[in-house]
This record gives sequence, C-alpha cells and structure tokens, in this order.
Amino acid sequence: MSGSFLRKIRIIVSIIFFIPTTFLFADIFSFIPPYLSNGIVYLQFAPSVLKFIALLSVSSFGFLIILILTILFGRVYCSSICPLGTLQDFVNWIRGKIKRSDKRRFEFLNEQKTLRLSLLIIPILVFVFGSSLAINLLDPYSIYGRFAGNFFRPIMVGLNNIAAFVSDRFKLYAVYGYDLKAFTLIPFIITTAFFVFVVVMSWIKGRLYCNTVCPVGTLLGYISKFSLFKIVIKNEDCLSCGICAKECRANCIDSDNKTIDTSRCVMCFDCLTNCPTNGIVLDRTYFKHSNIQSSNHVNLDINKRSFLFKSSVFLISLSSLAAQIQKKIVVTKPSTKPVFRKNAVSPPGSVSIDKFNGKCTACHLCVSACPTQVLQPSFLEYGFLGMLQPRMDNIASFCNFDCKICSDVCPTGAILPIDLEKKKLTQIGKAIFVKDNCIVQTQKTDCGACSEHCPTKAVHMIPFEGKLFIPETRDDYCIGCGACEFACPTKPYKAIYVEGNREHKLAKKNVEQKKLEEKINYKEEFPF
Amino acid sequence: MDRREFLKQSITVTAASVTIPGIFGNYFAKTSKILPAAFDLVAVKGGEADVMFDDAIKALGGMKNFVKSNQKVCLKPNIGWDVSPERAGNTNPKLVSRVIKHCFDAGAKEVLVFDHTCDNWRRCYSNSGIEKAVKDAGGKIVSGDSENYYQDVSVKSGKKLTNAKVHEVLLDSNVFINMPILKSHSSTRLTIAMKNLMGVVWDRGYWHSNDLHQCIADYATYRKPDLNIVDAYYVMKRNGPRGVSVDDVTTLKSQIVSTDMVAADAAAAKLFGIEPDEISYIKIANAMGVGKKDLSSLNIKRIIL
Repeated sequence: MSGSFLRKIRIIVSIIFFIPTTFLFADIFSFIPPYLSNGIVYLQFAPSVLKFIALLSVSSFGFLIILILTILFGRVYCSSICPLGTLQDFVNWIRGKIKRSDKRRFEFLNEQKTLRLSLLIIPILVFVFGSSLAINLLDPYSIYGRFAGNFFRPIMVGLNNIAAFVSDRFKLYAVYGYDLKAFTLIPFIITTAFFVFVVVMSWIKGRLYCNTVCPVGTLLGYISKFSLFKIVIKNEDCLSCGICAKECRANCIDSDNKTIDTSRCVMCFDCLTNCPTNGIVLDRTYFKHSNIQSSNHVNLDINKRSFLFKSSVFLISLSSLAAQIQKKIVVTKPSTKPVFRKNAVSPPGSVSIDKFNGKCTACHLCVSACPTQVLQPSFLEYGFLGMLQPRMDNIASFCNFDCKICSDVCPTGAILPIDLEKKKLTQIGKAIFVKDNCIVQTQKTDCGACSEHCPTKAVHMIPFEGKLFIPETRDDYCIGCGACEFACPTKPYKAIYVEGNREHKLAKKNVEQKKLEEKINYKEEFPF
Repeated sequence: MDRREFLKQSITVTAASVTIPGIFGNYFAKTSKILPAAFDLVAVKGGEADVMFDDAIKALGGMKNFVKSNQKVCLKPNIGWDVSPERAGNTNPKLVSRVIKHCFDAGAKEVLVFDHTCDNWRRCYSNSGIEKAVKDAGGKIVSGDSENYYQDVSVKSGKKLTNAKVHEVLLDSNVFINMPILKSHSSTRLTIAMKNLMGVVWDRGYWHSNDLHQCIADYATYRKPDLNIVDAYYVMKRNGPRGVSVDDVTTLKSQIVSTDMVAADAAAAKLFGIEPDEISYIKIANAMGVGKKDLSSLNIKRIIL
C-alpha cells in the first residue's frame, strides 16, 4: 500500500469521526438519538475506560478496540479518531494554506519524557484518589467536547436563529428560534484558554499537545512501541534528505540518526507520501527477520516497560478500591454566590456527588444533549475538584420529569444509565421553602408557581391567611428536579430552592390519593 | 461596483425586503367582525370532544360566523405540560384537530397554533399529541419558546398589568380562538379561559409576583378572544395544573363554547363544582366589565347528547 493511499484513508477516517462528533455537541435540534450518540463516542478512549470501570459492560469496550488497534497499527486513535487530534491537523492544514512557502517547517524535537510520564501518572493517581479533575482537564476528547459545546453550539444557535428570523419575518414559522438559557463565564474562559493553548501549540509545532501533554497520547504512544506495524526508515533506500522530518507533525523523525520515536508517531503517513525514494515505509515488525532496525528496539528500556505495565494494571485493578476511597475524600466547597445552597445538584443517575466528581471528565456532552438546558458547566459549585463538571442549574431551567437523556448519552458512566421509572423517584436534592421570601407571605396575594410546576406535588398549597394558599414542601415526594425553584418569581433570592443530596435517595411515590371514582350521569342537567 | 459595495448593497436590500413586510404586516391584519350569535353560551355534554364541538358551533351558526374566508386564525390551546392526553393536562388533541377543520371549512387561509409552555416545549408539543393533530389537520404549529416572538403591547385598562409581551402570531392574526382545558389549579383553584391566556405572554413571573388574580383579569381586557372553547372532556379534579397521575382525572365529557370569557369561566367552574365567586379573577374580570359571570342573565343553549 502506498503512502499517499494510507494518508487518504487517514484523512477520510478522521473526517468520518470528526464531523458526527462535532455535530453531536452542536445538536440543538436533538436530531441524534442517544443510541447513535453512544455509537459516535464509543471509541473515545478516556471516557470508555471510565465507563468500563463504572459498568464493566460491553457498552464500554471501545477502549479495548483502541488498545487492539494500537497494538496492531500504532496511534491510529490519535491520527483519526481523537477529535482534538483532527482539530490540530486542521489547524496545520490552515497554516499550510496561509503560509505556503513555509510549508515544510517541522523539525525533530527531543522527547520530554519526564513531562509526558508525569502528565500520564498524575491524572491516574488523582483519579485513584477519587477525582477526575486531572483527566477532565487533559483528556483530548473532553477538551474538544467543551470546545465544541462552547463554540460550535452557539454558532449553530446563531445560524438557526438567523434562519428563524427570516422564516418568521415571512410568517412561515418553518424554523424555530432557540434561546441559550445560560452562559457560564468562567468555564467558558477555562475552555477557551485550553483551546488557545492547543491551537497555538499545533500552529507552531504540530502535534505538540499530543506528544508532550496528552495522557492518552502518552499511554497509547508507549503501547505503540510494541505495535505490529510501524513507520520505519529503510537504511538502504534512505537518502538522508530530511524531507520526512520536515513533514513530521509529530516531530518524531530524527533524519540525522535515521531513527523514529514511535511513541510520538501519530500515524499521519505524511512522511511516506513525501519520501522521494520509499526510504521510509510502514512495515511489519514482528514475525520476520530483516535487516531493518528501528531505533526503539535498540534503545529498549525494560524498566520503562514494566513501569508502564504496572501503571496500567494499577489503573484497572485499583479502580474498584477507588470507589471506597472516594467516599472519604472531603470536597472543599467555597461558596461563590450569596445563595443558601450547600451542595450543588448532580444529575439523576450520578448516584452521589462524590461518585460523579470522581468519574466525570466534563466533556459536556450531556450539557449539549439536555433538552431543557438545566445541565450547565459548573465552576466551583462542586468545589475545586469538580471544576467544569455539569450541575443542575435551576435558575436556567429545570429537569424534565419524563426525561433521562443525560444518563443515556454520558460516555464515561459518571451519569449511569437509569430506568425512567427509577429516575422519576430518584431524589437528587430536596426543595427548601423560604417562607420569608414568598410572595404569599410578603404581599398577601396568591402565587403558587412552585406548586404548579411540581411534577409529584411534593410542593403543595395549604390554607393560609384569609382565602390564600401558601406552599408546603414534603421531602418524601420531592425528587429535586428544580421546577419549583425555576418557576419561583421572587428576586433576587428565590423563595424555594433545591439543596443537593450528596448521596441520591429514593423518593416515595405520591399515592396518598386514591383513584377518583365519580359516577357521572351524562344525561343529568347542567348545574347552571 | 466593487465587491465590497456589492455586498453592502445586497445586504441592505435583503434587510429591507425582510423587514418591510414585518413592519406593515400588522397594518393589513384586520380583526373580524362577529355577527351577533343566537346564544351567549353553548354547553354540550355526553359526546366525544370533536362531536360535541360540531353541535356547539352549529348552535352558534357555524364557524363562518367567526372565521371569514382568507383570514388568519390563531388557536391557543393549553399545551403547558409534558403529559399524555389522558392526563388532562393539555387540551384534547382530537378537539384541536376538529376546530382547525372547521376553520378551514369556513375558508381560513392559515391556522396557527402555539403555547408558551411550562415544561420543555418540544416535549409538550409532541407528547400532548397536539403537534401531530395540528399538522394532520393542515394547521401550523409555532414555537412559543423564544422571547423574540413576543412583542410589547400596552394593556390600557390594566390595574396591575399595564403592559405585556404578547406572541406575534396572536397579534398578526385576524381571528383568535382560545381553547383552554378545565383543570384544577394550585395557584388560582381553577384554570379555564382567562387563565389560559397566561400562555400568550412571555413574562408570567410578573403576574405571579404582582397579584396573580388581578393580572389575569387585567390581561383579559386587552384582546378578547373571538371564541372560547372550554374542553371539559377529561377533567383534572386535583393536583392541577400538571397533575400527578391519571388518578387525578375524571371523564366529564363536556364542553362550553362562548364568546364571553367570563361567562365561559363561570359556567366551567360550576361544571367543576366550584362557585364562580370563589375564584377571584372571575369576580374581578366581571367587575371590570370583561364579561358576565351571572349565568342567569345569559341566553344559554344546553345540549345533552
């Protein structure tokens, strides 16, 4: 197979993965059903590993497929499945278009081994000790998800609203306007900062993020050192012209010494395409004896291998322990708002705030999928370790009673799949009534907006002064959906709000009233 | 003409062609003249929701009395909640579809349907069965979910509510048909015709925090519907307006049709088993002259199927 053919395959495959993944985060129309969404992100490495740890089911074998692919062909995940990788290739391509003369601009860089390994080990250790914060900040899929959610989604909203504006002007009402119900500034700034960081690195040095920072890249990189197929320099055909090194976006070809650092090679095949003599080829490394010597076989580091092996085993075997350790972790909660809420509210299916904080990589797929937009990125509502993870924002919206889409789409298992009937009884928080803020108390007029919206009538109206009725909350029936808080019209502080449950509980079904059994005589005269 | 100039000009022309019909659209929309109907109110009982409407509208001289040919009709059912039709949280879709059919038979050019829902609007529209009913009947369903649809109007006789943002579909249409469902309501005891109009404005919170009953009556003075069709086929007797389960629902198989919102609300309240005087907004609206709550003074047609 020729190099240019391989390169074309790589580009096509990366587009096949990139476009649906991007659309998923910008899908304000709910076009993509959850099962398809699961399929699209199935192969995303970090979420799949986390989901496997959470569920131990076939629904999360995606990472095994990636491991097998890596053992066979090296870092193909990085070259075509990872959306952040494709984004960087796109940035490179743009730069190539702008600065044509400067096209051949890469050069071999030495490996930042300590940095790479530290950035692989730290997220694993932090995860084992109960927080996914480091994975959440470094995982390329999650970074891309946040980026797509924060940028492409508003663009989609803008395009939709322009179409809606035109359609409405002509009174066609064919396209409906879409309102973004909340904007979270600090998560947006963090997302933008990461995005700029990655784009600037790729603009200057190609896949530098993938080869120095990305923990997934490092893990797959070290595995790919043992892969069946590798890019190798054929000494007899190589002219030492150095074109391959200049083409190498991964900065991993040392043409002077004729070596390739396979751990950093992202299998883009650009070197193969540009080599004038077939001096660099994709070749099978096992099951054959030849005079091809790939440098990494020479410089084999046994200690590193065993270290990597051990850390992988560590990751998988200790994860069950992690759940127990997590409970002991105290998540600090600096309050940022003058509200009375002690705990943020985590989505139904997340079981407990600590479990959620330990598993969520903040890719914000649920934020994009949530039809009511109640899920919004947090800043410090969960505490530092839960930064950027989604929370229920009852000021923006409230959780729809008959909906569990977030649990259907979550790729990491931070929001576990939940049965709809169970979701309807899962108490993620409790409504707390602040009588002194309530309109019925302060203005002596009827309101009841909270009770109106309550799907279980946990908030009901009881007789108050004169003919008035005032809300009363009943914890047993409350599921913490936040409809009451959203509907409450008092400002600036709400008269009813949801206090998050650290551990989700099961609410009772409201069955206090028997089925109405009125005998109605349809022939009876009207009462007027 | 260089490229920049060309772009500038084409944008200006496009913008003008887009905005001009919008500005003058209201100018051409005229409200229909209603012929004096034979009855002030029609009450029907014992049939299917759509069949009952056939009889009610016949008693009022047919839909032609309300909709003239080539007119634009706005229908405002209650689609507030993400619940199925048997839960009686939303207007009966069968009835909606039949009313649209009558409008088209009377020559309507277009029938537009919307509600500013409480639950997620897409789910409300689809799970209430109303979106499908409207589309099948040839009507157009419009979102009420974006503030852009709502235009400022002033409510001249309002005491607490002096202005509101009202959905443009209502403002643009020649005929406005109000299609509430009779339900128990935790804030106002009952929701019927006048309360249903809370779904045509953007900021409901203002109503709740500024004497809800007065605001409901105030808004009722702004634009009286040309026809009110109260669906009381399935009736939610308690836990309204959303309801907890089908256990809250009873099958009354009734319908009240009137041009007078206050009369319709009074009759529906009696049907429910609550005296109209128990409900503040009915009393206030009556006093403000929106309509008549005293049913004995009205010419009522009662039909039992």
